[in-house]
Amino acid sequence: MSAVLSLAGVHKQFGKTPIVRGVSLQVDEGERVALIGPNGAGKSTLFNLISGRHAPTAGEIRLRGRRIDGWPPELIHRLGLSRSFQVSQLFGRLSVEDHLRCACLWSLGHRYTFWRRLSALRDVRDRVDEVLDRLHLTGRRDVPAQHLTYAEQRALEIGLTLAGGADVLLLDEPTAGMSQSETARFVALLREVTAGKTLLTVEHDMSVVFGLADRVAVLVQGELIAFDTPQAVRADPRVQAAYLGILPEGAVRA
Amino acid sequence: MSATAASRWTVAAGVPWAGYALLLAVAPVLWDSSQSLTLLSQMGIAIIACLAYNLLLGQGGMLSFGHAVYSGLGGFFAIHTLRLVSEGTLNLPVSLVPLVGGAFGLLFAAVLGWVTTRKAGTPFAMITLGVGELVWAVSLMFPGFFGGEAGVSANRVVGEPVLGLTFGPALEVYGLIAVYTFVCTAALYAFTRTPLGRLLNAVRDNPERVAFLGFDPRVVRYLAFLASGFFMGVAGGLAALNFEIVTTEVLGAARSGALLLFTVLGGTMVFYGPIVGGVLLVLTTVMLSGVTQAWLLLLGLVFTGVVLVAPGGLAGSAAAVVGLARAGRLGGLAAGLLALGALAVACAAGLVVLVELVYHRQLHDALGPEMIFLGLHLSVDRVDSWWGAAWVALTSGALFEVARRHLAPQWRAAHRDGGRR
Repeated sequence: MSAVLSLAGVHKQFGKTPIVRGVSLQVDEGERVALIGPNGAGKSTLFNLISGRHAPTAGEIRLRGRRIDGWPPELIHRLGLSRSFQVSQLFGRLSVEDHLRCACLWSLGHRYTFWRRLSALRDVRDRVDEVLDRLHLTGRRDVPAQHLTYAEQRALEIGLTLAGGADVLLLDEPTAGMSQSETARFVALLREVTAGKTLLTVEHDMSVVFGLADRVAVLVQGELIAFDTPQAVRADPRVQAAYLGILPEGAVRA
Repeated sequence: MSATAASRWTVAAGVPWAGYALLLAVAPVLWDSSQSLTLLSQMGIAIIACLAYNLLLGQGGMLSFGHAVYSGLGGFFAIHTLRLVSEGTLNLPVSLVPLVGGAFGLLFAAVLGWVTTRKAGTPFAMITLGVGELVWAVSLMFPGFFGGEAGVSANRVVGEPVLGLTFGPALEVYGLIAVYTFVCTAALYAFTRTPLGRLLNAVRDNPERVAFLGFDPRVVRYLAFLASGFFMGVAGGLAALNFEIVTTEVLGAARSGALLLFTVLGGTMVFYGPIVGGVLLVLTTVMLSGVTQAWLLLLGLVFTGVVLVAPGGLAGSAAAVVGLARAGRLGGLAAGLLALGALAVACAAGLVVLVELVYHRQLHDALGPEMIFLGLHLSVDRVDSWWGAAWVALTSGALFEVARRHLAPQWRAAHRDGGRR
């Protein structure tokens, strides 16, 4: 199997504080990896380094063999890596449909077009219809994002990430803030819409982790202490010591 | 803004445009004095400028304090072009001179906007302020080109008449401006319907997210800035033709400020808001300034009031009311909104009388204490004049605030339900 995404000795510090310390890992084609760790472990920072929000202080990040560390987000996205955010990053006044249109314009080759009508682009319309359908948002097409329910906003956040057709997805706590029943539904949806893609997801909810992931990466204080199958990680004494020792027993719903 | 409905040009979509064209065409018949013709011409120019300005402000979230630079420079290059035509060095129909203005507006936007659009938000605003001051300073350093205090003048009746039009009579100039106004409005509207137009809205609301969708938000802002610069230049070129003189004040901060103020007053969140703003700009700066010396003070009061109470501007608020009415949700709110409007007018009237009394007292000592304003016999010496005005202003103002607080939850609920349909 070939590594789609590989990190080698990735290090990031803000000022004098190291946040990510020498993380190396490889994610294979079509694999689903869950990144777990206590608050402040550097999970979101690692996502920010991979997706181009920040440049790593040291180390290499490769996407399909190409070095992307330090690249701006738009260039990384164009290579087929798309990410979602822990707090939904939407365009408040734009409708659901307009969100998805913006998200698929680049990959369909329309770029900064100003000589054609947006509504006349058939390929954009088809892609938007498809994503709306998969996310069960078809009936909410014309609603401005700011008027959506919380769960719908989370779904749209995933829709923005998917619509460009990227095959490497980074989902930052996709179920954050959802109730247990919403989470269950949403995980089923996520499994469906990310089928066949390479997935790296940050997750706090252990039921989601063990339901979704092929492998689990455990980050503690910026260091990767384990990277293995869910069963192996659960049995790993280092993970139990470091991770379970920090979180109270009840917070881990396995 | 249903996109499926808008994917084809429909008759319903054409109605406002036909109405707009008709209004531009019959305006000089309805108001046919030479003074109103001048006003109408200026309105057309102001409409183009405010629409072009709003491409940045409303569509792209870019607050510029120096946008008159692009209309002004366009105007200077247009007037020099006109001079070249009259000297016989250049053979160009006069009707195309505004496009020369547009080309130079675009050129300067390409150069100066490259720096400006690197940043968004407050840094963007600060850079535009700096660029505005810089260009103004440069204009004073080169009196040869910018004409110093006297400005640069030219004669627009030059070259061969095309289709019998000499652009001597004011009506012919108005006709040219009206055609440009219509075409520019249509072009700017079309821009909002393109992929770039929608990306610009996305960059306004969340630039960083756009980068994670594969687009460089700086490129989006830059392209919008170019488009805006072009149309600003066209407006400047039309103004040069209209007045046959361009002075350095067209580049100044006051012009840029007026663009901002009236665009906001008209409404930045609906496309036609700046059209309302452009009309108000001319009515206020040309007409109101002739009616009362206190016009700037009154403008400041109105502007502050609108920003506080109706941040959507006049057109935005009207559109919100119409939207609710169409959705059949206005019902219980209608009476309240009417009362609110009446109280606002009463409060404004009270304030206006107070302001006039103050100005009369300060400036017209020689004319005696008596004055007639809005049909009222007032006297700066009589306590009842002052108290009457203050009473009206305070009472209606207080009632307005009470009514507004009462209506606000219902207003929000009506809009929220609209979203939850």
